[in-house]
Amino acid sequence: MFAYYLQLGFRSLRRNPALTALMVVAIGFGVAASMITWSVFRAVSGNPIPDKSAQLFTPQVDSWGPQQNLKGEPPEALNYVDAMALMRAHQAKRQTLLYPLRLSVLPGGSRSLPMAAKGYAVYGDFFPMFEVPFLYGSGWSTQDDDSRGAVVVLSEEFNQKLFGGADSVGREITLNGHDYRVVGVTRHWNPKPRFFDLFNSSGFVDATDFYLPFTRALDLQINSAGSNSCRGKLNFTGWDRWLQSDCVWVTPWVELDSAADVAHYRQFLEGYAADQQRAGRFAWAPNVRLRDVTQWLAHEHVVPPESRISLLVALAFFAICLVNTIGLLLAKFLRRAGEIGVRRALGASRREIYTQYLIEAATVGLAGGVLGLLLTAAGVPGAGLLFQPQIARLAQLDLSLVALTLSVAVLATLAAAFYPAWRAAQVQPAWQLKSN
Amino acid sequence: MQIRPILAALKHHKAGTALIALQIALTLAIVCNALFIIQQRLAHLSEPSGVDEANLFVVNNEWAGQMSTAQLNAQIQTDLAALRQLPSVRDAAPSSSYPLSGFGDDIPANLTPDQLQWTADPAMYASDEHLIDTLGLKLIAGRNFRADEIGRMGVRDFTAPPAVIVTKALADRLFPHGAALGKPIYLMSSTPSTIIGIVDRLQRQSVDTWTKAYAYQAMLWPTRPTHPQGLFYVVRARPGQLAAAMREAPKALYAQSRMRIIDPKNGLLSFAQVRQRIYDSDRGMAILMGIVSAVLLVITAAGIVGLTSFWVAQRRKQIGVRRALGARQRDILSYFMTENLLISLMGVVAGAVVAIALNLWMVTQFEMARLSLAYVAIGVLTLLALGQGAVLAPALRASRVPPVEATRSV
Repeated sequence: MFAYYLQLGFRSLRRNPALTALMVVAIGFGVAASMITWSVFRAVSGNPIPDKSAQLFTPQVDSWGPQQNLKGEPPEALNYVDAMALMRAHQAKRQTLLYPLRLSVLPGGSRSLPMAAKGYAVYGDFFPMFEVPFLYGSGWSTQDDDSRGAVVVLSEEFNQKLFGGADSVGREITLNGHDYRVVGVTRHWNPKPRFFDLFNSSGFVDATDFYLPFTRALDLQINSAGSNSCRGKLNFTGWDRWLQSDCVWVTPWVELDSAADVAHYRQFLEGYAADQQRAGRFAWAPNVRLRDVTQWLAHEHVVPPESRISLLVALAFFAICLVNTIGLLLAKFLRRAGEIGVRRALGASRREIYTQYLIEAATVGLAGGVLGLLLTAAGVPGAGLLFQPQIARLAQLDLSLVALTLSVAVLATLAAAFYPAWRAAQVQPAWQLKSN
Repeated sequence: MQIRPILAALKHHKAGTALIALQIALTLAIVCNALFIIQQRLAHLSEPSGVDEANLFVVNNEWAGQMSTAQLNAQIQTDLAALRQLPSVRDAAPSSSYPLSGFGDDIPANLTPDQLQWTADPAMYASDEHLIDTLGLKLIAGRNFRADEIGRMGVRDFTAPPAVIVTKALADRLFPHGAALGKPIYLMSSTPSTIIGIVDRLQRQSVDTWTKAYAYQAMLWPTRPTHPQGLFYVVRARPGQLAAAMREAPKALYAQSRMRIIDPKNGLLSFAQVRQRIYDSDRGMAILMGIVSAVLLVITAAGIVGLTSFWVAQRRKQIGVRRALGARQRDILSYFMTENLLISLMGVVAGAVVAIALNLWMVTQFEMARLSLAYVAIGVLTLLALGQGAVLAPALRASRVPPVEATRSV
């Protein structure tokens, strides 16, 4: 019976072509608008490191005080003094500090034009902490951190540019006039949003080129290519005075496996801030935070408001399209009241009529879904018109989106058809037959 | 017009009536808010920057290799001399950032040296005495920097300059009672900086929502940005020669020294591109809201046509009877028009309430402004007109039903 009803449904698509086309178009546009904005929202609100997001934490220490901090919240990064103190205390299983770099490289030897390369100064723990996948070699050891080794990890893309993709472990590269030995090449790795560096970026940026030891970068006095946020009076000239200043620019991350470790680390942070207060460095009570990846993403408002608004608008649009569909289905079904009356008189139960019209609605929904899919496929590349290019690029039409588009279209139309199909099933056979 | 029989007839079509009214209500709520958002975004993206946008471009010049502050200072002056000599260039200036660049420094400005909470948080452009002419700013009080006042700012140096030029917006913010010229201000320093000039209008680097309260508050520092990372060269082409100047400038710079990076993607931007980049999310929202509103209105209109056509088909016989009893075509037409007007009125009343509620909710969620009632009024009129327009075709068809229809069965 299902197959027969389905066949009837497809046949009736042709019966009131204008009315049917209108429903299909409304569902198509509604579902496409929802899917395009959803694909963007899904991309920007995703968890960049799902299996470890609850074990990675970024500690914050208020070094600015209640009158200069961010409305009660501590600064979003650490100054050099606090950052180094946390590293030295070593209260976490793994820990790293990081800041962004932008260095020049001569890809084709000294005769070529220099090119800019983007990287990070990090500790060796960075790679296992953030589960960076390696193509060749590996990250560097704690000893390299301590000995301020001139080592470097390249990204797959950068290795392609410099060494044509060959295993470059052991070879040397020159960045800003300093030589570094390659110890590893990562596989393509660009978590989005880039949760570990939200202090310096919106979270949606191109892949990194290289990673250097933090200790080495400091030795060479390489400046941060990112933000530097200061409070108080700034009368410094030169690197050392700047390191001691109230400027925050270092992002710390720690890995804590259990709730006990988290509690312990929180206690340590409180204790550290209290010590600073006792020592007279802070003139205020401890104000510290320890946020995990998910909390940090929320705190930094990674999801652009535009993405949220456009998703809501698209869903409201879809809802109106469905209201429209309810009305049109009602018209389409009740137009055939006579036919329903005949079927009922010949013995069809209300339940059968109900099923038949629901299936008919599902065919409309399916047609709308196919149209929606075409519109989504056309609209996803056009997302660049609506969102910033870095974000628009994240929207992708993959298999799950195709399945979602079709099933949302069919299910939503079915939901819309409950009332019209019920009305169709309520048709009184006697009344219909009499009046005709 | 006989309203009572129409109301009586509508009682037989409760579901259809409710659905059309609901659709009109929701459409009104969305369209009002969408039009309001479009207007807000368009207003935002057409705010003037205060600079001569038609003739400006920016070179993002990054240094490659190691140079001392003195070397950088000399190289920058050589570069600028080369740029200023180009026949297509009117003037050029070094800068730490530029209006609408999206990033750059802001330095809290205070009236007393020991203030903890700042008086203003202006954007800071570190440049030389050419910036005012290069950007095409209007000096409305005081004087420009002199060449001998220009200091330099090396790596991690911070020294507040003895003299600054501020925008009128910043001057008004710092000294609401006027007379900012010649006054000292404190820029994260215990030594004062004197306001020596005031320029008319100059936008900040960022136009994000949070900067709204600080719009146009900016200041110029007489400081050549000798940061080892690099700097921006802001170049003003002679009228009509922007393309030529943009072609020649990188060549002229590379001829001075090859140890620099002008990124192929972001290294060279005309101001039109700068403006396009900074406002892309505003433009995107306006486009999205425009598309949604247009499609929504079409679908609602089509929905009304569809349901009314169904009603007309259902009532052919009754129409025939009425015609046979003496009703004119005009009476049938006005019956359906009035019926639609009644349903639409129910819809727009509910819709206006939903529109305002939706806006109030968005105000709390998305830092949006309050919906002006003019938009609700425009939306109400649009939807009433849309309803009448949509019902016209089926109503005309109804009016042409011949009286003889009354005698036909089926």
